[in-house]
Amino acid sequence: MSTVLTNITKSYDSEKPVLNDINAEIQTGEFFVIVGPSGCGKSTLLRMIAGLTQISDGEIRINDKVVNDLPPKDRNLTMVFQSYALFPFLNVWDNVAFGLKARKNTSQAEIEKRVNEALKMVNLESLKDRKPRELSGGQRQRVALARAVASDAKICLMDEPLSNLDAQLRIKMRQEIYALQRKLGLTLIYVTHDQVEAMTMADHIMVLHDSKVQQIGTPAEIYKYPANEFVASFFGVPPINILPAVKVSNGRINVNNDFEVNIDQQVPADNFKVGIRPNELVIEQADELHANASVKSIEFLGDEKIVYAKMSNNGLEVAVEVSSDADFKAYDTIKVSATEKVLLFNGDGVNITRNAEDVVNA
Amino acid sequence: MQSLDERTVLKRVFSYVLMAILAVIILAPFFIGIWTSFLPTMEIAKGNMFSTNVSLDNYVAAFTRTPILRYLGNTVVIAAVTMIAQLIFCSMSAYAFVFLKFRFRKTFFTLFLVTMMLPFEAEIIPNFATIKQMGLLDHFGALIIPFLTSAFGTFMLRQSFMQTPAELKEASDIEGLNHFQFYWKIVLPYNKISMITLGAYSFLGAWNQYLWPMLTTFSNNSRVIQNGLKQLKSEETFNDWGMIQASAAIIVIPTIIVLFIGQHYFKSGMNEGAVK
Repeated sequence: MSTVLTNITKSYDSEKPVLNDINAEIQTGEFFVIVGPSGCGKSTLLRMIAGLTQISDGEIRINDKVVNDLPPKDRNLTMVFQSYALFPFLNVWDNVAFGLKARKNTSQAEIEKRVNEALKMVNLESLKDRKPRELSGGQRQRVALARAVASDAKICLMDEPLSNLDAQLRIKMRQEIYALQRKLGLTLIYVTHDQVEAMTMADHIMVLHDSKVQQIGTPAEIYKYPANEFVASFFGVPPINILPAVKVSNGRINVNNDFEVNIDQQVPADNFKVGIRPNELVIEQADELHANASVKSIEFLGDEKIVYAKMSNNGLEVAVEVSSDADFKAYDTIKVSATEKVLLFNGDGVNITRNAEDVVNA
Repeated sequence: MQSLDERTVLKRVFSYVLMAILAVIILAPFFIGIWTSFLPTMEIAKGNMFSTNVSLDNYVAAFTRTPILRYLGNTVVIAAVTMIAQLIFCSMSAYAFVFLKFRFRKTFFTLFLVTMMLPFEAEIIPNFATIKQMGLLDHFGALIIPFLTSAFGTFMLRQSFMQTPAELKEASDIEGLNHFQFYWKIVLPYNKISMITLGAYSFLGAWNQYLWPMLTTFSNNSRVIQNGLKQLKSEETFNDWGMIQASAAIIVIPTIIVLFIGQHYFKSGMNEGAVK
């Protein structure tokens, strides 16, 4: 019982395919997030699962049934749109009941029960007679959610449902969606461009970029063992620092000609890169003779500070996380070094860190 | 500071005075018409516009001495049927042009537009010949059949339907609505304002028709109100101006009603909240 995507390809006309050879298995009852930068084809993939967009090649199976040519309504799923897609001429209650009434296989009493329960679940009971235009953005979002909740479909697709909300509301709705998904045991396929949403809610994340799947894994796997440079830099705020490196001797590499790091594996002689998370970089004040970077700017985030520094060698910029009482000012000369928890990428950007798990857990 | 204030005040006074004068010039004929409809014809003929001899006699006369009721009835039927037919046919063809994919869709639509560019007067002779062949002269059919649909209405509704958010169509697809359900339950309510606009437009268009009914109707059985009004004037050697004014006032009423009803719906923001 799962949703399986096999070799999914989508191309418009003769252009380069929008999606190329996508494979994934989405388990029933899991929160599956498709994440990627805008224009990577994630919404197209969702629309193909919904049946709103034709598949150029490949196969989609839902519960062991090929659904390629099945119209959307027979796939037994619901969808929450980025723009909510509410019916402006119907009140909240009728908006939620719309799908159930349209399908005609639910009795009137059952519809009422379901709609009232769904509205209760999203705390909209008191607003059920309002029209969408009389609701705030967050409330409209809740109506769209209630529509998905009221349906008996076990698969729910969401296309960037939170991107129209302000930051605070987004965090609140994120928790509500997560709680709803757990409570109802829905299989939720969720599209977003926001890596924080992906990390906080997902059971599994699919990272899409450049019309291909970059990696599928749990949030921890994706963060700790990114498959390549793109995935590594997509997750984490501020993003990981990627610096060129060369081998000095076995077990020791020189990063950007600025500092050296001990590593516990074989590396190519040159043409590889290291990825160092901002919290794995270490900086200290240094006089000009010993310094290898200078501070460009500092962001104060309360419990920590982010120091943006410019490496003296080739002007690369790095972000370093330091405690909030560390005393750095712009234009300070500093010495940058790193702990041994670094990621290694070959010339093509593929992760070549050996025993990645040991490195991270060391 | 004070001089500046004076200047703004003066400017405002000037513009209000100008607007008031223009309003009087535009509204005067209308109100003079209404006023004279309450005066006896003798007073009007004498030019005694400020007579206090006001009564509803002209209205009573219009209803009792002329077939104006019959004309009104004919026109209401014709205008209502025209309006309903145009709403149905125009919205259905507009739906096809927007939501159905078929070959030569653009070509067909261009053909529609071409017919719109041809003025009705240019089509009068072929239309008259057709109606005559069909034996519909002096018959309601002659006044209804050529106006069952309109290219303008299709065009207007198409532009409006195209504004319907694609997400509403997708949401309906997921719920399994077929084309007719989508048309009836989503597209029509969503485009209610355009539908009302077209309804008012086609009703008033039919109500105010003059040239075509003049050519195709010759008896009181099918004569419509505008021609009827003309008839009242020329039937008698001595024109009963008071009564004619009263009739004219009567036939303006539906126009005003339609506009007032319409105004209620021409509020913006009816569709707010569908999509953000």
